[in-house]
Amino acid sequence: MIRFEQVTKHLGGRRVLDRVSFEIAKGETFVIVGLSGAGKSVTLKHMVRLLVPDGGRVWVGDDCVSEANSRKVEQIRSRFGVLFQGAALMQWMNVHDNVALPLREHYKKDDDEIEQLVREKLALVKLEAALEKYPSDLSGGMRKRVGLARAIVTSPEIILYDEPTSGLDPVTSRTIDTLIDDMRQEFGVTSVVVTHDLHSALAIGTRIAMLHGGEIIENATPEDFIHSKNEVVQSFLDAQYITREGDWKKKDAP
Amino acid sequence: MSVQPQQLGEPLNVFGRMGRTVITTLHGAGQGGMILAQAIFFIPSMFTPRRMHNVLFHMYLTGIKSLGVITVVAMFTGMILALQTGLELRRFNQEVNIGTAVTVVMMREMGPFMTALIIAASVGSSIGAQLGTMKVSEEIDALEIMSINPVRFLVTPRLVALMVMLPILTIYTNILGSVGGAIVGKTQLGVSFRAFFDNAQLYAANKDLYVGLFKAFLFGNIIAAVACHQGLTAQHGAVGVGLATRRTVILSFLIILVVGYMTTRLFYV
Ligand SMILES: Nc1ncnc2c1ncn2[C@@H]1O[C@H](COP(=O)(O)OP(=O)(O)O)[C@@H](O)[C@H]1O
Ligand SMILES: [Mg+2]
Repeated sequence: MIRFEQVTKHLGGRRVLDRVSFEIAKGETFVIVGLSGAGKSVTLKHMVRLLVPDGGRVWVGDDCVSEANSRKVEQIRSRFGVLFQGAALMQWMNVHDNVALPLREHYKKDDDEIEQLVREKLALVKLEAALEKYPSDLSGGMRKRVGLARAIVTSPEIILYDEPTSGLDPVTSRTIDTLIDDMRQEFGVTSVVVTHDLHSALAIGTRIAMLHGGEIIENATPEDFIHSKNEVVQSFLDAQYITREGDWKKKDAP
Repeated sequence: MSVQPQQLGEPLNVFGRMGRTVITTLHGAGQGGMILAQAIFFIPSMFTPRRMHNVLFHMYLTGIKSLGVITVVAMFTGMILALQTGLELRRFNQEVNIGTAVTVVMMREMGPFMTALIIAASVGSSIGAQLGTMKVSEEIDALEIMSINPVRFLVTPRLVALMVMLPILTIYTNILGSVGGAIVGKTQLGVSFRAFFDNAQLYAANKDLYVGLFKAFLFGNIIAAVACHQGLTAQHGAVGVGLATRRTVILSFLIILVVGYMTTRLFYV
């Protein structure tokens, strides 16, 4: 579904991605982990042509996003829903209008239908009560959930989540994990999740990749990931108290 | 997207730096011009109820919010003009001509100019800051993902508001300036209101008004283009937003001055 071929990207005079290659199959939940500044957000942005590689290619389905013309890019982007790291809500619009924005501006739907979809998605992220509030009145975690509702309101085929659970309490984090997992199981959505939280990575990921020093140093199923021989991966696991002893059994998300 | 000149490495010598400055300036001017052209292209798409509502909201922000400052500045501009010219003219017993002097100068030059400076410093800077904040907090990216053209969505409503409101505010400035002049004429120079406005009517031509309003219209376009361009190309977090705001004000002032001179030259020489 999504394929990176030898993608290289320089930003701010530094090589952020160094010949990165990987492939994500349809219906997967692909989790990207890595330290802050490792280039996780940069990787996501390449998938929707917010960044163009200096070298290599990015494919979405049969289309080469990195070389598509603007009409094609628009068409490819319409298959995506994106949750940005900082939620990226329009500050002057209330929660309802923010979630309705992609429907109103792009998909020519009538008001009743929009109304219903917005309420339905906000209920999924448990924010029905905040309909009239403005982003500045919400906590970081609530903003993120509004961003999530906006990302899924158009029922996209592919959803990119940039740190969906950072800044959220553990209980709400698990709710979001469940939501991401449901999107895969019920609608066959392909997801790419960037996270620091290995517990949620292990719970929802069908595959986990670790980005370090501009390269993918591990790309494996959760079971194999925790048994990785790579030292950086091991220290990353240790830092979150995930033990390699015994068989890791993937729990169903709560 | 191509490589931006400001993202290249440090140039080696003084010629390299000069070349860089020239290229960056031209590049910026080109980008700003493109944004303006696109924004104008999208004007016809503003005629739906929701978008019209948005345009009216920006007109309100532009017009009403600055009215207080404009009132004070306009009055004092007229008063200063009346006092300066009046004191000179009194030496020749011509002080009644301050009517013409004040109104003509207000209509041709000072009205649009003072209005544009105030709007650039207040509305322009806040547009630069707002769009800059949106840029660095990924909101512009989010719009692009939703296939919402940022120029149509953000720039065109502000452009329309500025190109409509600047001439209207200029008329207001002209009127208040003349009133200020008349008050100084009456209190300091002994020219009655009646004599002041009779004198003004005698010499002020319609052309003075129209050229002034045309200038105001151009200034509106300039402020919108500079502010939106600076905002949409902001980089590097909060520092970038500050820089975008600063540049908006300085660049608008410069371009307003130059274009003001050139327009005068075009119509009066
Ligand atoms: N637009 C940009 N301009 C310059 N440098 C950037 C830009 N975007 C990201 N970077 C740099 O690229 C690196 C990776 O950033 P990012 O992908 O956001 O990290 P993370 O893995 O934490 O999401 C960082 O060092 C960041 O400073
Ligand atoms: Mg990031």
